[in-house]
Amino acid sequence: MNFSTANKITVVIKKDCPTCTLIEPVLGQLVDEYQERISVYVQDDPAFPESIASKQDDTSLEFSYKNNIEIVPTLICSNDEQEVARTVGWDKSEWQQLTGLDSLGSELIDFKPGCGSKTQDPGMEEQLAARFDDDLLQARKVELAESEDEIEACFDRGWSDGLPVVPPTAVRVIRMLKGTHRSADEIIGNVPPDNLPCSIEKVAINAVLAGCKAEYFPTVLASVEAALQDKFCMHGLLCTTYFSGPVMIVNGPVIKQIGINSGVNALGQGSRANATIGRALQLLIRNVGGGIPGGIDRAVMGNPGKYTYCFAEDESDEDWTNLAQDRGYDRSDSVISLFAGEGLQPIVDQRSRSPESLAKTISNSLRSVVNTKLYGAADAILVISPEHRRVFRQAGWSKQDLRQALYDNLMIPGAEVVRGAHDVAEGMPEKFKDKLLNKFRDDGLHIVTTGGKAGMFSAIISGWVASGEKGSQLVSQKIQ
Amino acid sequence: MTNSIMLDPTAELNPVEKQILPRLETLSGTTVGLLDISKPRGKEFLDEVEKHLVAMGATVKRYMKPTFARVAPQELNQKISVECDAVIEGLAD
Repeated sequence: MNFSTANKITVVIKKDCPTCTLIEPVLGQLVDEYQERISVYVQDDPAFPESIASKQDDTSLEFSYKNNIEIVPTLICSNDEQEVARTVGWDKSEWQQLTGLDSLGSELIDFKPGCGSKTQDPGMEEQLAARFDDDLLQARKVELAESEDEIEACFDRGWSDGLPVVPPTAVRVIRMLKGTHRSADEIIGNVPPDNLPCSIEKVAINAVLAGCKAEYFPTVLASVEAALQDKFCMHGLLCTTYFSGPVMIVNGPVIKQIGINSGVNALGQGSRANATIGRALQLLIRNVGGGIPGGIDRAVMGNPGKYTYCFAEDESDEDWTNLAQDRGYDRSDSVISLFAGEGLQPIVDQRSRSPESLAKTISNSLRSVVNTKLYGAADAILVISPEHRRVFRQAGWSKQDLRQALYDNLMIPGAEVVRGAHDVAEGMPEKFKDKLLNKFRDDGLHIVTTGGKAGMFSAIISGWVASGEKGSQLVSQKIQ
Repeated sequence: MTNSIMLDPTAELNPVEKQILPRLETLSGTTVGLLDISKPRGKEFLDEVEKHLVAMGATVKRYMKPTFARVAPQELNQKISVECDAVIEGLAD
């Protein structure tokens, strides 16, 4: 390819590039030779190069962005507006060949690499996409009045859960979308309670509101897909008068990759990933689904976890299965699981050194889930601390051994818990009087490990009273 | 200065503009505040409005801004929002 088959040459340069200043005489030579068939675009200083009268001001970077300029100088040969060849940096023989001028830059060195185009400056790509890529985002644009504060404006429009949100500008949303390979206009599903179609872009906007980093976005997307699984019953969970909301547990390599806390204070404040991933789903349900507290969300009290409730499992013990493995995934998979639950009830046991004793303590505490006289009503997550796990491990117990011990301990004769027994009206229906009951339905008790290394405390995350097929079941989704 | 532009995080069922509160369907049995902004003859105007409201079954409470030149103090806004179902602001002089 050379200039004999191209009828236009374009060169993109910036003054702040030594290679571009080196080739200034070359540009002069090209302009002298080819006149108006040469266009020189300058990214930073429209006065540069002084020796050339007609040059194009590309300080907006529109031309550079739309023509995918990554390095300056870039030489583009085109024919009838169609690009036919390009070269970057200064390569004398290539420039001579493409322009058809054998003597071009003959006084210069043969080769000098170029510099990064200004379009490649950190954060610039998103800004340029927001400005010049009209097709990328479909969401309605909301223009604020000059006097409006951005964060107050988000409150005013009802987009917040009560805490400040990050204003969802186009630049921030594009940056969030870079966290996934999925197309912005792909529909991820219908979001309850209004069951409206939700695009990846809308998820990204709500992830921005929540304060997520782009690297969290695949986990947020997986959490949304998990919430939309029919088994999870997100619609009912949102509408219920009960306390529950989505509780998220993350397993696998993603924990360390994006920094989800599984150590000290794992269920508390202070970790951006934990705080914002859980919040993103809640904001999506609110904003896209229309699930507004006092509207269709009829929780009598709710629970603080409805702002956000996301943590990672401590996977430091290779021989102790994680929750994802319990659900059929590999340890190498990154998986998010959603559970309809609320709150945290501590289990203190600083004396037990045998697994049997500790399992009894835990069983006794688990009986209080929902009501000591209601059996099979609500699922639960048993959150074991590393120190309590150590008691089981040192005795050679596996998670399955613990599960079996809890099952055995949590059997009770129906007569003990039927309505009216022990002078309490609440309880199981009379038909269970002569049956043996277990506190949890099959697959109703999940065991995870998290928290700091010191403290012989475990905890219970109690589930929704509508657990199981009649309501919500724990769901898992692979993070892609 | 360019105004900020944000992307709508909702399902876009409602207009972009901020929504007004739901309107009262009847005045009967409601409490309506009349806010005098402290301009001359506001009292006479609002006295007349009060007669009509009372005739329609509303209970009327009267309030006054300290000065028409400034927005109502927060305490007054809160007092009206707690005590009334609706408020009419007398703007004329």
